[in-house]
Amino acid sequence: MERLQQTVARMGGVNLLPVAVALAALIAIGAPATWVTLTVAGLAMGMMIFLMASGLSLVFGLMDVLNFGHSAFISFGAFIAASTLALLSGWVAADSLLYNLLALGIAISAAGLFGLVAGWFFEVVIVKPVYQDHLRQILITMGALIVAEQLILAIWGGSPLSVPRPAFLQGSWLIGDTTIEIYRVFAFLLGFVAFLGLRYTLKSTRIGLLIRAGVENREMVESLGFRIDRLFAGVFMVGSALAAIGGAMWAGYETLITPDLGAEMMVLVFIVVIIGGLGSIEGSLLGALLVGLTGNYVGFLAPKLALASNMILMMVILLWRPQGLRPAVRT
Amino acid sequence: MSATPILSLSGVKTDIAQYHVLHDVSFDVPEGGVHVLLGRNGAGKTTTLRTIMGLWQARAGTIRFRGQEITAAHTTEIARMGIAYVPENMGIFGGLTVEENMRLASHDGTFDPDRLSRIHTLFPAMKQFWAKPAGALSGGQKQMLAISRAIIERRDLILIDEPTKGLAPAIIAAMIEAFREIATESTILLVEQNFNFARSLGRGVTVIDDGRVAHDGQMDALADDSALQTRLLSLSLDQHQ
Ligand SMILES: Nc1ncnc2c1ncn2[C@@H]1O[C@H](COP(=O)(O)OP(=O)(O)O)[C@@H](O)[C@H]1O
Ligand SMILES: [Mg+2]
Repeated sequence: MERLQQTVARMGGVNLLPVAVALAALIAIGAPATWVTLTVAGLAMGMMIFLMASGLSLVFGLMDVLNFGHSAFISFGAFIAASTLALLSGWVAADSLLYNLLALGIAISAAGLFGLVAGWFFEVVIVKPVYQDHLRQILITMGALIVAEQLILAIWGGSPLSVPRPAFLQGSWLIGDTTIEIYRVFAFLLGFVAFLGLRYTLKSTRIGLLIRAGVENREMVESLGFRIDRLFAGVFMVGSALAAIGGAMWAGYETLITPDLGAEMMVLVFIVVIIGGLGSIEGSLLGALLVGLTGNYVGFLAPKLALASNMILMMVILLWRPQGLRPAVRT
Repeated sequence: MSATPILSLSGVKTDIAQYHVLHDVSFDVPEGGVHVLLGRNGAGKTTTLRTIMGLWQARAGTIRFRGQEITAAHTTEIARMGIAYVPENMGIFGGLTVEENMRLASHDGTFDPDRLSRIHTLFPAMKQFWAKPAGALSGGQKQMLAISRAIIERRDLILIDEPTKGLAPAIIAAMIEAFREIATESTILLVEQNFNFARSLGRGVTVIDDGRVAHDGQMDALADDSALQTRLLSLSLDQHQ
């Protein structure tokens, strides 16, 4: 038993969980083609949820701020991207990879830029006055969320909005009898690039060093002469931008969006942040992949359990590791 | 003393939540050497250091650093003025390597090679574990890292809270040597329970009791007066051997 544990730890420990889940699903599902399709869907969904969750996890880890308004950035990102793509419908539908990419790039950048600016505003006006006070954080960020949702209703109306997908991301690849949706592969790759970028920033830059130190011990970072509040504002802005980009990607994935998209995703986002462990992007990635895969496998195997499956996943993981799978070190 | 003290507290009162913890703390720390802050558990020593550092806000009174008022200054500003703080729990970033811990303490992330090699001579373990996570260090090594961090750049004043707590005698002896050397370029305000350690380093001494200054004088005088020690600290040298 101990030998087994050591071997598992050497091979990656908890990082192997998504692999274990995927293998178990392969046995349960039986049909490899179906399994590949579900796995790609799960990984894509996981990466989009990672985009939405990573910022929230860092914000909580760094400042103990509970931001229930986070989902507003997801919703706004989705609607801004949808409107941008609609505006650029000529480019979106054009039979030119360059124009397709431009349209998509502009839509994602618009969502991200909105996230940066709105994140800055949100941090300075709404969150800063309630540092260190969880109850007021919950109340005021929930209040802000309601305002944001009403704004979306006022701007885009309440009926579902269809999201044009750039031509090059339409359709699927057929490999043997396996179909792989191109959009899913793209979503996975984009999320993975974002993960690598975040990881590089955190591990290899001075700002990243300060953030990691701040997650562990805020007071000590200040005692060494660094303004943690400015650092926090930056993290908040980037986290909001990532959430908006995640929302934009999700809009293209769903192709039909409603104003409560953010709130619906938020349940999964919270589950990811909690099972991943607060303050760590590796944890968020791990949690997001688990949630994405589990949701897709269970949705196929036992559709009635689909909703409950992630809750059950969270309970099982928390019973096993109350701090989550890969929490940041706290001193 | 005619020269301006490097640090001067006058009538400092500090509350933590609804509790009055410091009732009236006034004392001066002269420039150079080690000044010791003694007192029983719960007397208010840590609170005094945290108030100086701006981590608690004084409700009344003034704190001056080189004559300049810092009572209401932000912790970051206080640190940048040249005050380092080694907290009771050492404040090590356990998830970062020893090197990363040290880099954070340097304002631009680079090291002066002379100072670094001096630190490596003072505390060889820092060199040995340079690339290892600080969380894996022993208690004594963590304390050495906390002190190394405070001196990787020259600071005018270093606040150190109970550095010998829980350490083995051999490590404490090494720590005395290190502090002597550090005190040649910086002033140290040292909170200490280990009276022998305090006595071997301290020039001046302030005793705090129940949030007030109970005694303020020279270390030699206190060390020679066991009745005074007993009264102030409820400890004697023999007990604390
Ligand atoms: N965070 C806190 N909340 C409430 N009371 C505290 C807190 N920190 C310290 N105190 C109280 O303040 C008093 C002084 O504490 P402290 O400065 O830590 O003493 P010392 O360092 O001299 O042992 C103690 O009575 C302690 O119980
Ligand atoms: Mg103390």
